[in-house]
Amino acid sequence: MHALANPARFLRFARPATGWLLLIGLALAVAGMAAGLALTPPDYLQGETVRILYIHVPSAWLGMAGWAGIAGASVSQLVWRHPLAAIAGRAVAPAGATFAAICLITGSIWGRPTWGTWWEWDGRLTSMLILFFLYLGYIGLASAERERGGEGRIAALYGLVGAINLPIIHYSVLWWRTLHQGESIGITGSSIDNSILWPLPLTMVGFTCLFGAAALMRMRAELAEAKVEARMRRLGA
Amino acid sequence: MNPWPFVIAAYSVAIALTIALVLWSFASMRRAEGAADALRRK
Repeated sequence: MHALANPARFLRFARPATGWLLLIGLALAVAGMAAGLALTPPDYLQGETVRILYIHVPSAWLGMAGWAGIAGASVSQLVWRHPLAAIAGRAVAPAGATFAAICLITGSIWGRPTWGTWWEWDGRLTSMLILFFLYLGYIGLASAERERGGEGRIAALYGLVGAINLPIIHYSVLWWRTLHQGESIGITGSSIDNSILWPLPLTMVGFTCLFGAAALMRMRAELAEAKVEARMRRLGA
Repeated sequence: MNPWPFVIAAYSVAIALTIALVLWSFASMRRAEGAADALRRK
């Protein structure tokens, strides 16, 4: 992490990594979605709607991982004053918000034929919706702070405080046993049959690569904008 | 209830939003890096 603190060194890594992440992400996401739509059997209980799993689970993971990334960048900024930490936080936020939105929308679409409702104020759904609003707040706060010439410390504190929501989302299905089913995929195993589960790692890795590519592109954009602003200031001085 | 319209709608939303995210990130990167390069050449 500290090896990439130098923007020039970071760009030497980010330029080739962006293209590779895009290519690998696109290939794996398309392969996983195609396999999930055409090659897996329907679930005995959910029927064909189980296929929404292949996009809903990666988006839920990325919505949460994005905020974990913001929290990590916030620590890095507040403790070590990492020069790229604020930029990384701002770059991750739009991708995290997008995947949190995909998670909410696809979950709602899955809920209508499965639960008979588009929405329920269930612990998991509500905490995920809060995460989406936290992203919107972070994006607004971080960009306002940047425009005022701040170092992004307020946004970093907000990013750290918002991380409290991550364990709430994770344990919500255990704490409040309402509509959302309990954990079906864990570190040690899964209650889903392998004949249905196998395309999921493809979409998980594929969408994660696309998320990474989007975040790297936003970081490169922010670094280039900062370079232009610095040059304009020098010319104006 | 036919489940396929729900499956298709979910995939369409996920694909459209992911493409929009990637294209927006790519466009903003190209614009910013283009402006930085143009300023350096001046």
